[in-house]
This record gives sequence, C-alpha cells and structure tokens, in this order.
Amino acid sequence: MALIEAAGIHVRFGDRVVLESIDLAVPEGEFHGLMGPNGAGKTTFFNVLTGRVKPGRGSIRLGGKDVTGFSPHRIAAHGVARSFQIMTLFDEFSARENVTVGLPAFRARGFDMRHAAANDSGFAESAMAVLATVGLADKAAVRARDLPYGDRRALEIAVALAQSPRVLCLDEPTSGLGSDGVQRLAALVGRLKGKLTIVAIEHDMEFLFALADRISVIHWGQVVARGTPHELQQNEWVRRSNLGRFA
Amino acid sequence: MTSTSPSLSSDATRLVTPAMLVLWLVLATVPLWISRVGLYPYLGIEILIWSLYALAFNLVLGTAGLPSFGHGAYFGIGAYAFGLCQFNVAANLWVCLVAAFAVAGLAGALVALFISHRRGIYYAFMTIAFGQIFWTLAIKSHGITGGEDGLLKIARLPADFGVVTFDLADNVAFYYFVLVVFALAVVAMWRLTHSPYGRVVAAIKQSETRAAHLGYHVWLYKASIFTLSAAISGLAGGLFAMAQLAAFPDVMSLHQSGYVVMMTLVGGGLVSFWGPVVGVFVFLIARDVIGALTNAWMLYFGLLFIAIVLFRPEGIAGAVTAAFQKHSLIRRQGNSAMRLLFGAERWR
Ligand SMILES: Nc1ncnc2c1ncn2[C@@H]1O[C@H](COP(=O)(O)OP(=O)(O)OP(=O)(O)O)[C@@H](O)[C@H]1O
Ligand SMILES: [Mg+2]
Repeated sequence: MALIEAAGIHVRFGDRVVLESIDLAVPEGEFHGLMGPNGAGKTTFFNVLTGRVKPGRGSIRLGGKDVTGFSPHRIAAHGVARSFQIMTLFDEFSARENVTVGLPAFRARGFDMRHAAANDSGFAESAMAVLATVGLADKAAVRARDLPYGDRRALEIAVALAQSPRVLCLDEPTSGLGSDGVQRLAALVGRLKGKLTIVAIEHDMEFLFALADRISVIHWGQVVARGTPHELQQNEWVRRSNLGRFA
Repeated sequence: MTSTSPSLSSDATRLVTPAMLVLWLVLATVPLWISRVGLYPYLGIEILIWSLYALAFNLVLGTAGLPSFGHGAYFGIGAYAFGLCQFNVAANLWVCLVAAFAVAGLAGALVALFISHRRGIYYAFMTIAFGQIFWTLAIKSHGITGGEDGLLKIARLPADFGVVTFDLADNVAFYYFVLVVFALAVVAMWRLTHSPYGRVVAAIKQSETRAAHLGYHVWLYKASIFTLSAAISGLAGGLFAMAQLAAFPDVMSLHQSGYVVMMTLVGGGLVSFWGPVVGVFVFLIARDVIGALTNAWMLYFGLLFIAIVLFRPEGIAGAVTAAFQKHSLIRRQGNSAMRLLFGAERWR
C-alpha cells in the first residue's frame, strides 16, 4: 500500500482549472520527483497534499487514511512536512528557535504557559541535532533573517525535518542555490533517502535524475509522464520537451 | 552583524527578572515623593492600572502581531463587571475582581470566535466593529450600566486575607494594592511570553502559514491569546472602577481605545516587553504636565506619536536601546542595562 495516495485531484481557481486530474501513489521510502513547466500546478498540488487548498474533486489518503479536506495543522500532525518555494521562516527567531518550533515535542507543549521555553534543554538538544544534519550547527544563534541565502534554504528544510515527518515535501529546494549549495543539498537528500518518503518539486533535472526513484511530469493539470529516471529518458514527451537531457 | 534570539538571554528563563525588581522598588517609593514633585498619588494609581492594561493589550498587538483597535471594550466590561458583581452578586473584592477578569475574558472569547480567522486590516476592522457594539450596548443599557451617567457608587472593597484585612479607601493604600496586582500580573505575562505557548504565538505572528504546516492550530492560538488579553484588560478595568468609584462608557469608545494603542506604540511595545509601560508613563505624565499648560495637550502628544511612528517605529524603548548601542565603549554595559530595563527584543 502506498503511503501517499492522491486520486483524481482537481483544483480550479475561479474559472481557471489548474489541476485537471492528478493521480499519484508514493510507496513508503520512495523519493518521488515532480517536474513540469512554470505554472503547471506543482505547488498547487503540494498545497492540496498539505491541506492548504481543498480540491474540488479527488481524494488524498495517508497510510490508507482518508485525509481529504483536512486543515494544514492536522495533515502536519499526520506526519507530513513541507518546505516552501518562497521561503517561509520565522525571521525574527534564531535558527535554533525556528527548528525548535518544528519539534513535535514542542508542539505537544504548545499550550504550556507556565514554563520557560528556553529552560528546556531537551528542546535545545533536539534542535541542535537537526541543525547539525543540515550543517547549520555553528549558526544556531543567528537570527533567520541575518543568515545568508544558502543557509536560509538549508534552514527551510531543517524546520521541516524537525517535525520527524513520515513524508517530506520539498518545493524547489535547489532554487537560487549555487553549485556548491546544490551539492550540499544533494548530499543531504542522499542521506535522508530511504529513511523517509520524499516528494520533491524540482526544476534542476541533474539533481532530480540523480536522486529520484521515480519522477512524475505534470503538465496541463495532469501527469503526462511517469517512471524511473531511466524510463523517463526514453519517454517521447520528455524527449521532445528536452527535459531528460541531463541524465 | 548577527544578533541572537531574545529567548537565549537568561532573563527569558527567569520568573522574576532584575528589571522587574528595580521597577517594583521604584514604584514602591512613588507615594513617598509624588506629591513633592507637584503630582498626586492618584496619578500613580492611574499609571499602574493603565500599565497593566497596556501590557495586556500588547499580548495581542506586540506578541501576537494582531491589530486590535477596540480593546477599550474589555477594559470597560471589566469595570462594569466589577461594579455589577459588587451590587448584585457579592460585595467581596476577590469575587468581583475574578468577575471582572472572567466577564471580560468571556466577551473577548466571543469576539475571538468571529475574528480569529482574519488578520491585518480585516482583523483591525472587526475589532473596531465589536468595540463599537460593546460601547453602544454600555450606553444604551441604561437600566444596567447607568448609560452615559455611568455606574456610580462603586466601593473600594476591603482586601480580606482572612487573618488581616486592608482598607483600600485611602489612595496610598489602594496604590500599594494595585502595585501588588500589577506585579503578579507582570510575572504571569512575562512567563507567558517566554513559555512554549508565547513562543508559538510569536511564531504565528511571523508566519501563520509556516506555523499551520508545523501542526499548530493557528486559530486556537489567536483566539486564546486574544481572550487572555481581554481578561487581563478586564482585570485592569475592575481596578479602574475601584479607582474611580464608578464605571463609565467613555473608556470603551473608539477614541479611548486608541489611547492604549498610542501608549503601546510610543513606548515601543513592538520591540520590548516593557514598551507599553514606558508609553503609559509618557502619555499620562504628558497629559498632566502639558495638559496643565494647554488644553491642546493631545495635539502635542499626537505630534509626538506621528514623529515616533515615522522616525522611530520601535518606540522609545527601542530608540533608547539603539542609542546605547551606537557607542561602542558603553555598548556592552548599555546592552545589558537596556535588556535589564526593557527586556528589549531587538526585532528590527
Ligand atoms: N490561490 C490561487 N488563486 C488563484 N490562482 C492561483 C492560486 N495559486 C496558484 N494559482 C495559479 O495556478 C497556476 C499554477 O500555480 P503553481 O504555483 O501551482 O505552479 P507551479 O507549477 O508551482 O509553478 P512554478 O514552477 O512557477 O513554481 C498559476 O497560474 C497560478 O497563478
Ligand atoms: Mg511552484
């Protein structure tokens, strides 16, 4: 059984149909890439997966449970974490505090008004461990807004990782990164691969073809091609659009 | 330059900070000298009550980043609740203060139900609309509130601790009573701000989207902080009813709701826990000092407000902190002194 199962997802904004009918089943532990041209509806699909947008038709199941129409915080509580294409950090918080807020243990104490948050060394340790995985341990005390771009991108992922998610949705994680940053990110994703289920929207074909188990191409609100990187290179649509040239 | 997060400072983990002790000590001496500088003990009472109110208001404006422009409603409801409880339920100080807190909290919770899915300008409009509704109700319900004449003959009930009872009729005795309530409320609000709950609310202020996708029920946090803020504002209102020996609808008007916004912004509530208190001092002392010279004191305060919003949006507390930081020689001392005094979270 697939961990994530999206069936017939249809989304329209006003009279503009953005997603016609998207099917996607991702088994546990798979790294699934999503690609497609600008405006194809990839981010919108993530918004449906994570509860931000309610689909007009179709259903989302997580581990067999129907979660269609759940609000974002309930989907998150079911173990789905996401990063954002447009960086969405707690800018005034330190890197460590950004991650701390993401910890499930912190969330469980979200209505605790009686203890000082900074008094809890357990939070600090867990947060530092997460920061270390993305290489930000030495910048834990720096405010998010004062971090350089590449570090902010890393923090964007760290906050999602802090949730110890079952499913990690990454929306264009390499965007704006230099080749150094892309390599660091590829190494990170390589380490995560297999440990959790990852769905990643990505324009960087080299990155995606090297790492993904399977890739779906979204166009005209539908999945127009799907397969392993190898299979996709043979796919006629992909060849014609010259998407597979990097592999 | 990089800066560290406020929560890393040790004050965040303290229940009572050095700044609080200094402030309380200074405030405790006020009745000893206030008459000698040409002011009067009642002003001290007003400052404490408005400080409590402004700190409560700032839980919503500063901590949660939610623009509430009708907060006078909850202050006023607290005042009426105190008086009505005294007349109709029990003439007991504790019961009536709890009533002020609870009834204002209930009103706040009711409003929170309708506004907590909004933010920004829509949120602000809704708070104004509800504030106006409560204000109108207070004026029109003549039989209950006394309408424009106010609810009169409210007594300063004695503070009964079982073994000892303090009579609060005298302004100095009442001042010390208010100071104790203020001190306790400050401890509670300081801790609240630095608790996991307070940090989540601060996170929601920065990004509702991210917080929601991290599993936080954003609506519930927004509704609860608003309710708490309304309840504490109501407690301040109850004390105000005792101070004035009456409750009037004017504190609930949009006009007077604006005062607490001005106080908080002028003082620097957006960057500092203590900002609202600074603002209340400046506002009320300006009212009395400039007000003695000219009837148009509000004009001058308004100009000060505009100047601060334009040039020093972080308010007085923020400006003082920044000024200290400019001089590198005294910077380190200045930093800790300012953190001590204002707990300034350098948010800009
Ligand atoms: N909330 C919304 N309201 C109206 N239109 C929207 C909304 N969200 C997205 N759209 C539109 O839906 C289309 C798909 O947007 P989406 O962001 O999902 O594309 P994308 O595949 O992620 O593109 P990109 O590669 O540029 O990130 C766009 O035309 C966008 O303008
Ligand atoms: Mg997108």
